[in-house]
Formats: sequence, structure tokens, C-alpha cells
Amino acid sequence: MLLGLTALVSPAFAQDAAPTYENLEAFAASPGYALFTANNLWMMLCAALVFFMHLGFACVETGLTRSKNTVNILFKNTLIPCIGLLTYALCGFNLMYPGFAEGSGSWFGFAGFGVSVSDSVASLTDQYSGGYTYWTDFLFQAMFAATAATIVSGAVAERVKLSSFLIFSVLFVSISYPITGSWKWGMGWLNDAGFYDFAGSTLVHSVGGWGALAGVIILGPRLGKYRDGRIQPILGHSMPLATIGVFILWLGWFGFNGGSVLSADPGLVSLVLVTTALSAAAGGFAAAMTSWFVLKKPDISMALNGVLAGLVGITAGADQMAAMSAVIIGLISGVLVVFSVLFFDKIKIDDPVGAISVHLTCGIWGTLAVGIFGNLAGGSQIVAQLKGILSIGVFTFIFAYVVFFAIKAIMGLRVSAEEETEGLDIGEHGNEAYPDFTTAHNA
Amino acid sequence: MKLIIAIIKPFKLEEVKEALAEIGVEGMTVTEVKGFGRQKGHTEIYRGSEYTVDFLPKVKIEIAVGDELVGKTVDTIVRAAKTGKIGDGKVFVVALDEAVRIRTDERGDAAI
Repeated sequence: MLLGLTALVSPAFAQDAAPTYENLEAFAASPGYALFTANNLWMMLCAALVFFMHLGFACVETGLTRSKNTVNILFKNTLIPCIGLLTYALCGFNLMYPGFAEGSGSWFGFAGFGVSVSDSVASLTDQYSGGYTYWTDFLFQAMFAATAATIVSGAVAERVKLSSFLIFSVLFVSISYPITGSWKWGMGWLNDAGFYDFAGSTLVHSVGGWGALAGVIILGPRLGKYRDGRIQPILGHSMPLATIGVFILWLGWFGFNGGSVLSADPGLVSLVLVTTALSAAAGGFAAAMTSWFVLKKPDISMALNGVLAGLVGITAGADQMAAMSAVIIGLISGVLVVFSVLFFDKIKIDDPVGAISVHLTCGIWGTLAVGIFGNLAGGSQIVAQLKGILSIGVFTFIFAYVVFFAIKAIMGLRVSAEEETEGLDIGEHGNEAYPDFTTAHNA
Repeated sequence: MKLIIAIIKPFKLEEVKEALAEIGVEGMTVTEVKGFGRQKGHTEIYRGSEYTVDFLPKVKIEIAVGDELVGKTVDTIVRAAKTGKIGDGKVFVVALDEAVRIRTDERGDAAI
């Protein structure tokens, strides 16, 4: 996908020879400089937008959990981007993009530790790529890696031990995510098989979802969540924060999908932004209506989950869909996410923020949708999509399950019952998020 | 001296405060509380699961008054806080042994 789109964005150059420059001054004087600068600028802006999504995650998770655990949630959401960036620089980038030869059917490769440019001209010009420099490439992809890790934190919230979670995150984001990512975006075997994932419905979102599912299964539900054969609701403490978070995520998604074009190509980027926005809108609307009819009252947290579901659902094929298809994909995502939330609660998989429903359920749906709607629709594409969904699902789930299981055996995965009742802010951090307020509930 | 404790509906606080000011009762302490008497709670739903909220938000007012003002104060509170609908609240009159104004060390009736 990288190489294919490079051809689209540098029409001035023959496709067979990448341009070379003696030095950066020569590049600056070349005809392609202005276009490259525009492309790179857009990509850097998108990296910043994806980065900003971490604030969105922090707000959503904080809003949908109890105030006694807020410091813990914020701490995890502060550290994960840090861990993501550092490990991606250390090894993730070169695990995900080891330089497979297209068509080689590769499963694993590693281009060495650290990020650096071996030559100071080619990597900073359109010789590297028509859309971005080496550094921009690294940064944009690094921001993606961190978002995959943070999906897990919402699902395991309010009872996972901080140290255990951080260890899992380091391993997950530095090893599992890049390896499965290399199978498609790194030009590995899934790419050869025709699997298509524009911006990561599978590579990012369902990866995070599988990690979350493995974690929640091993961790168990929050105390008191399933009692006397009934589901006891544990209310999030701030719907305003949850709403702020979702809108920040929506904003960031314009960079997430818009930047996955890998250039500022006006036609493609504008299409992608539209399909993204329409799917989000359809998802929010459908989830709101579904909750209204099925649950008698329109539920704000479901509507918010619906927006995210629509965004995840379009992420695999945002550049392949017509506007109407994007709407349909979003509508289905919105309905799916509501029933998924209810389903997981019914089978006693406790997910405080609906992360598994948004990212795994709708990640799988969005990936399949590429075979059902849009330019790539067709039976063979559906098969290719299934290959990707299943292979990445099996690898990721097993990886996460084994790591969580080992962590539980070695150091424990869950805080004590006393600490969970008192709140992780006191237990893990010796700190309170709202020291000026007395809590109304002390559930 | 008596301590008057009134549990009222939160939106009635301003009205009660102003009615008391009219009869010369200026000082009070207010706390946000939850409670129920015969008023039932209501059912809410969160992400598909129903639950009942039994404890309803109320406001508790505490006023220390001299014996001669007790009757008038109680009547004023009842009149201002009443809506006629269930959940209006209650007023309690409790004997007060001592009162001290911290700033001036005044005691007894001079302190309230």
C-alpha cells in the first residue's frame, strides 16, 4: 500500500526510478519539493491528531469509571503513549517494517534496534517516499502503536494491578502489535494474500480488542458486578468527560484515517474524511436509536460507544467506500455495538467502557465490510479479509492470553478485594483525583 | 435553646431561607444529604441494566434558636418547604444544652 500510493502522489516522476538528490539544497530546488512539503505537512498534522486521541481515551475511560479509580486510569493513559513511543523507537518500528520484499510471503523480520537515518538526504526527501520523510513515517506509525495498547486499559479498568498492566503493555505494544502489523502494512504474507486494512480495523482496533478480551477473561469481573444472578450496573462518574473524550477521539480520527492515505492527495483524503465522518454519525445515531428501542430509554454512553463503533467500522475501508456505503457500515456498527455490550455483560465479561464491543466486534465487522461494500467487494476479498481477521485474531489472543496468564501466576494480575473496594487511587497511588469532593456513592 | 433540624427538598432551600429571614432567623447550617421516608425511589437504567435508586437527594438545615422562637420557626419552615407531594421532608426539634460563639466566647442565648 505504501509503494502503490507513492506512485499516485508524485506524478512528476517516472514510476520506475526514485529521484535522487546530491544534497537537501538540490531537493529544495527540485520541482517535487512543494508537493512533498505539502504531503509531509499533512502527515505530521495527522500524527499530532492521532496523538491527541490519547486525551480522548483518557477522558472516555475516566468518565465511564468510578471517581475512586480516576488517578489510576489517568496514570495508565499517560504512561501508555510514553511506553508506545519509546518501544516503537526501540524496536517496534523495525519489527513492523523490516523491509520485506513484496511477494515474499514473510511472517517475521527485524531491521534492528533504534531509529536513525543512515543517509541524511534520501530519508528526508521524496526519495524515501512521495508522502513523508523517514521521521514522519516513524512518528505517524508510532502514534498508531500506542492507540492499540490503550484500548486494553479501558476493559481491565478498576481492578487490574498497575505494575502488571504496564508489563503487559510493554510486551504487547513492542512485540505483538508490530509482528501482526508487519503481516499487512509491513508487506508481509497477508498483504500478498490480498488482505486489505486501510487504517487498522484489524491491525489496530481488533488487536487491541483481542488483548482486552484476553485480559478481562483472566482478570475476572469487578467485585459486585454480577451478583444474585443479576447484572449490577456500576455507574461511570462523569458523562461530560466521557462525551468530551468521544468527540476528541472523533477529531483525532480525521488524522487516523486521513493520514492513512499516506499523502495529502486531495481526492483520496477528502473522500476518506467524508466516509469517516458519515460512518461515525451513522454509528452514533444507530446506537442511540437501538438503545432507545431495546432499552426503553436513549442511553448516552451507548450513543457515545456508537460513534466510536462507526469510526472503527469504517477504518478498514474508508478509502474504498462510497458515501452511502459508509453510512450503512456505520449504521450496522452502531446496532452491533449495543447488542455486543449487552451480550458480553450477559456472559459475564465485564468491560466497563465497552472497549471489546467497540474495537473487537466492530473491528471485525469493519474488516469484513471491505469484502461486502465498495471497490474491493467480492467473494475472494471476503476470504482474504477472513484470513487476516482469523490469523491476527489467533496470534494476538494467544499472545495476550499467555502473557496475562504468566503475569497472574508470577506476580498477580488483580488488586486485592480491599483495595478494589477502597479504590485504586488510594491503593496504587496513595492519591485522590478529587480530594475536594466527598463522594456521593461509595460503591 | 433548641436545635431545629429540617430535612427538605433541595429546590426549596432558597424559599425556606428567605422565609426564615423574614421572621428574624438569620443563621443556619446546610448539608446535602440523601434519604427516604415513605417516598419510594425510582428505577434507572445504565448500559442495559436496571437498578433502583432508593436514596433521594435532600437538604438538611440546622438552626439553633431560643425557646421563644421555636414554634414560629417550625411553622415557617413547614409552610415554606411544603409542596403537598410525597417526599416533602420532616422537621425535628432537639434540646440544645449549650451554644458558644467562637469569635467572642459568648455563651447561651447571646451566642444564637
